[in-house]
Amino acid sequence: MDLSVLWFILVTVLFVGFFFLEGFDYGVGILTPILGKTDTERRVLINSIGPFWDGNEVWMLTAGGAIFAAFPHWYATLFSGFYLALFLMLAALILRGVAFEFRSKDNNPAWRNMWDWLIFAGSLVPALLWGVAMANLIRGVPINGEMEYVGTFWSLLSPYTLVGGIAGLLLFILHGALFLTLKVEGELVNRARQVALRVGALAVLALVLLVALSYSQTDLFTRAGAGVAYWGAVVVLLLANWKLRGGKYGWAFGLNGLAIVLSTVAVFWGLFPRVMVSSLNPQWSITLYQASSSPYTLKVMTIVAAVLVPVVLLYQGWTYWIFRQRVNPKHLEY
Amino acid sequence: MGELLLARWQFGITSAYHFLFVPLTLGLSILVAIMETLYVRTGNETYKRMTQFWGKLFLINFAMGVVTGIVMEFQFGMNWSGYSRFVGDIFGVPLAIEALAAFFIESTFLGIWIFGWDKLSKTLHAACIWLVAVATNLSAFWILVANSFMQNPTGYVLRNNRAEMVDFGALITNPYVWHQFPHTVLAGFATGAFFVMGISAWHLLRKNHTDFFQRSLRLGLAMGLISVLLVSGVGHLQTQYLAKTQPMKIAAAEALWETADPAPFTVVAAIDQERQTNRFEIQIPGLLSFLTHNSFKGEVKGLKDVQAEQEAKYGPGNYIPPVTPVFWSFRIMVAAGLWLILISLLTLYLVRAGRLEQRPWVLKALVWTIPIPYVANLSGWIVAEIGRQPWIVYGLQRVEEGVSPGVSAGAVLTTLLGFTLIYGALAVVDVYLLRKYAAQGPVEAPPVKPQETAKEVSLWT
Repeated sequence: MDLSVLWFILVTVLFVGFFFLEGFDYGVGILTPILGKTDTERRVLINSIGPFWDGNEVWMLTAGGAIFAAFPHWYATLFSGFYLALFLMLAALILRGVAFEFRSKDNNPAWRNMWDWLIFAGSLVPALLWGVAMANLIRGVPINGEMEYVGTFWSLLSPYTLVGGIAGLLLFILHGALFLTLKVEGELVNRARQVALRVGALAVLALVLLVALSYSQTDLFTRAGAGVAYWGAVVVLLLANWKLRGGKYGWAFGLNGLAIVLSTVAVFWGLFPRVMVSSLNPQWSITLYQASSSPYTLKVMTIVAAVLVPVVLLYQGWTYWIFRQRVNPKHLEY
Repeated sequence: MGELLLARWQFGITSAYHFLFVPLTLGLSILVAIMETLYVRTGNETYKRMTQFWGKLFLINFAMGVVTGIVMEFQFGMNWSGYSRFVGDIFGVPLAIEALAAFFIESTFLGIWIFGWDKLSKTLHAACIWLVAVATNLSAFWILVANSFMQNPTGYVLRNNRAEMVDFGALITNPYVWHQFPHTVLAGFATGAFFVMGISAWHLLRKNHTDFFQRSLRLGLAMGLISVLLVSGVGHLQTQYLAKTQPMKIAAAEALWETADPAPFTVVAAIDQERQTNRFEIQIPGLLSFLTHNSFKGEVKGLKDVQAEQEAKYGPGNYIPPVTPVFWSFRIMVAAGLWLILISLLTLYLVRAGRLEQRPWVLKALVWTIPIPYVANLSGWIVAEIGRQPWIVYGLQRVEEGVSPGVSAGAVLTTLLGFTLIYGALAVVDVYLLRKYAAQGPVEAPPVKPQETAKEVSLWT
């Protein structure tokens, strides 16, 4: 196999891993001020993702680094093109990151409240924007013959991409709520369950709408596998809702995670072999072959990834094992 | 202002701001790891409290470093897409390796360290902070490999309108990085060490927890003294190396317009960049020749001659960087380094004589020395980066060719203002928290209940 194809698959895997992992900590962040009525409850919620969120975010940084190293033209076009949207995401991630660390470092209720809402907004904005970004990737954006983005911030917003954003947001909130049913105790589990039930139904609606709109808005279904993955996401999301109703939270969490995985796979499969779709002229779409690094660089990166990725998976897996128990409200660190 | 200038300001502000937090992370992570190791080895609870007190300050600082670091990885694509296309084949590789080999370790094991006090054995817990410390320094290595390619490109060919990697080995054995990496990391160690010494001195002045802060101060002193001596030694070698590889940078750092043999060292100068001369200067004869050649004779090239050489090589153009900021930053960095050497030698003498606490002015001076390494760090980067102008990749790409062609000045201005506002607000919060926790001092161990001690002393609440 061509190494650039391998790297396209690896980038897909990094995004899949990123959405699966960071998806639930975005969800928990959004739910923190909503589910947590008291200070201790809020702390329990934040502590449930405490040991994980930073490591999860590194999946995004690694995906960004991998795109830069393996597909410099993709990195250059995407990041300079989605400029203001990326700025909003960065601003949100900056505030969210320090909020986890700073929130409980002062007893003033106004201080804590401020950081709680920053955790909320800092999780909501990227959760929404990632869906918008994925929808734009597959729908196509104005790219000229010189690989340059020629639209504005507003060209990224359309009914279709907003549906993408909302579908992503709802999937992530559901992912977070289901994660909480596994990680907290008592009354909070009930509240997480209530939210999951409501958000779960909405997520099904949004995802069905997104998949249906994709027939007219994208050429995703010209790739049979992508279409199967997309509808597969809908099916497993329905199953997740069904398991949730039966109180099988572990299953529900896993199945909803699978829905996130499948819808991500659908987008990247639909893109292949393009990395950026031009809405102006199909000839101007950028393929992974045009965007890729030299064979030598890809070889170096492949060796590096083959050595390091398994190790990373091992120790990240170990973290989830160490902190497998539900959060104990008597031992809160954040 | 045009897009180029705004994009340059944005890079300058966001990277300088990011680099306020990085050096302290480099040094303090190692100091905290040493403290926890001492705790594991001796079982002395004071070392555990030291680990937790300094660890908390470390975490506040680390959070700022992490979030401002995300911007660094994204803005090459956002503001510098021309640059990213041109060097991505090479430059992206150390960045991706940094994420895979360092960021994952840092973030994962720091999470375990913060939350795992009562879930891991003591040894394993200490091993986690060592992994964090090693990984942060490893991260510095990879990002400096990337920066060194911009300073002294190695292991590439020009092909397909871009620089392509042909020798990964040459990239990581770039002599530039093997000067810059030890210099940067040692400067980070010094930053951490003087941070610990300064805060300890503040408490010793007030006679708070004297045993605790004496031990802390001695640890900081050992690391600080060794680091500042080594960092100046490496700096000296680096100057000699730069005189060969980037003569323009050295000539600018010395405001040396005409080639001279022997070359004098200019202590201060009033620089006139337009007329290419110094209106006023105080010089020490032969010293610059000595610094660059270890001999009081030896030619050092002046700015005008290097300019002529580069015009012959790269075509007409102005290859002289802004001399004033490079010249003065270099002097500020060196002066800061000398101050750090002096004060650490004095502190060493007083500690050995057992008289440090009878010299409140020295303790006060140590408190006021906390910002000095920061000044040195930033001035060093100004020399390195402004001294490389007008190049973004030395000899291969000029700064104006690197900027994103499709991004408007208005967009850059928006994000520049946005980042500056957020960073400004966070600076206030960060300083507030650091002061608060530094002044609060260690939390006393609660009355010993044998079976519960490990849980009860947890400070992370």
